Amino acid sequence: MTDTSTTLDPTPTAVDEPHAVGPAPHGAGFATAAVATSRRTVLQFFRTPQLLMMGTIQGALFLFMFRYVFGGAISTRGALSYVDWLVPGFLVTVILWTGMGAASGVAEDSSSGVYDRFRSLPIPRASVMVGRSLADGALVAWGIFTTAIIGFLIGFRPHGDVAEIVLAFVLMVAAGYAFSWVFITLGLVAGNAQAAQGMSMLVIPFSFISNANVPVASMPGWMQPFAANQPVSVIINAVRSLMQGGTDVVGIGHSTGYWVALSLAWCVGIMVVFGTLATRVFSRPQ
Amino acid sequence: MSAIIEAEGLHKHFGDVHALDGLDLTAESGRLTALLGPNGAGKTTFISAVATLLHPTAGRLRVTGIDVAADPRSVRRVIGLAGQYASVEPAMTGRENLEMVARLFGLDKHSVKAAASSVLDQLGLADAGDRLVRTYSGGMRRRLDLGASLVGRPRLLLLDEPTTGLDPRSRMELWDAIRNLVADGTDVLLTTQYLEEADQLARDVVIVDHGRVIAAGTPDELKGQGGRDVIEVRPRWGRELDAVTEVLTAVAAEPPRVDHDTQRVSAPVDGGADQLATVVRLLDERGLSVDDIGLRRPTLDEVFLALTGQPIDSSDTDPDAPADAA
Repeated sequence: MTDTSTTLDPTPTAVDEPHAVGPAPHGAGFATAAVATSRRTVLQFFRTPQLLMMGTIQGALFLFMFRYVFGGAISTRGALSYVDWLVPGFLVTVILWTGMGAASGVAEDSSSGVYDRFRSLPIPRASVMVGRSLADGALVAWGIFTTAIIGFLIGFRPHGDVAEIVLAFVLMVAAGYAFSWVFITLGLVAGNAQAAQGMSMLVIPFSFISNANVPVASMPGWMQPFAANQPVSVIINAVRSLMQGGTDVVGIGHSTGYWVALSLAWCVGIMVVFGTLATRVFSRPQ
Repeated sequence: MSAIIEAEGLHKHFGDVHALDGLDLTAESGRLTALLGPNGAGKTTFISAVATLLHPTAGRLRVTGIDVAADPRSVRRVIGLAGQYASVEPAMTGRENLEMVARLFGLDKHSVKAAASSVLDQLGLADAGDRLVRTYSGGMRRRLDLGASLVGRPRLLLLDEPTTGLDPRSRMELWDAIRNLVADGTDVLLTTQYLEEADQLARDVVIVDHGRVIAAGTPDELKGQGGRDVIEVRPRWGRELDAVTEVLTAVAAEPPRVDHDTQRVSAPVDGGADQLATVVRLLDERGLSVDDIGLRRPTLDEVFLALTGQPIDSSDTDPDAPADAA
């Protein structure tokens, strides 16, 4: 491979390039393809200052508003101070806000021809989707981590033991990974970035009609069944209990183990349903 | 000579729209085949079918002898696709983009680096290789995109309107790059709506309209098929365009075409040189002076007009074309 011919070379040296005669490349395996494509998404995020800063600033602003603007008017009806009660729930909703970006990113790649190139390559098509979900999982972890630091700065302190706190973060990342499949599916179905952004507005009811920012008991009766039982609230119950030392401190029923198990069940269910859906949509020829 | 692409009676229906409507095509190995046609002719649909991105509704399609419907995976090992939009990642360097695609093609770590460097050299991007693609001009992005399609050393390159939206200089650079690839032994199928592009690059031109092949051959053969030679006159004075048109009408086989932008009248004639002498005499008798007069073979544009009854209209650009021309 000593090709030195340049674009403007009028007499290309013809035969010394083993170009077309070599054996056809066999194509990357599943893991290699997933890692290579997920690296692209991660680099795209960290090398685009707008993406990097917007997410962090938006998270910080919302946290400030709840902590200092609404916080004084909200009673947690339990032993915890509002900031200690708020931050674990808020961290879980970071999963949803980060996911909106994932949906428009996927839609962008669909419409810009990037996915057409990937589909034309000798790799398992599902690996592209797994790569995307791994990258989105990593970005959610980054978002939760930075938001947790901001939370700490405005006075949040966890009261659980270290193992429980670590478990809370692991659970959030797992949930972030599972939910990324929902947003990937939305992005694939939407077709373009604007539509994906619009469809992602679905996160608003799941984020706000939950126990993330206010206790469910303060909502009207007809809203409570949804608010208390939707998956985001279930995960928040688990994370809050793990971080603050049990369900009694948080003021909810059942045990911490119950909420963790129920959260994991939701994650697995979401992952199976939307994982299948996303890979099907991506892989099927038109 | 073996066929690299064979399509027989290919149909692709999107609801009521017949994007491909019984397309038959054979592309020979060892040369560049251009698919020429207006927007909506089915060019992109055909390339997508060859690239295993869509299933034809009916018909047979083989690439290097492999049935695309039966074994798409094997087809993907021998093709490289550069779509209508440069689909390289702006937040990665040129080299990183190429290395990623090389890796996906299944090259090992060492070959990945070598292949990326060699492609950067080949396309004149060696100096810009370690810059983020975000800083590239539109022409550089297109060249890198071409590089991404060939970094896996495919036998068949599929280029969908590779120069749409490029300025003339970038277009010529890309043409040179494509010519070198063909000289190196890569087969290329490209689509274009620019007649000049097909004329410049292709050994074989396939004219497509409404999802069907309406003519195929070398550019010369097609110009011959388009029939008659053309006499073209540019009068010295614009006001004499009408008078010159009258003269040409008298000898022409078909009504002359008047191009007011270039101030030229052209008309297909039977009997070439004799008719040219007649026209010169008639112009002289009427005292009409000309700046330029000549007999030439028809352009592909005129061939297209003769075959379809309408101009290909390559002058106005696609409103959806990417506005990334530098």
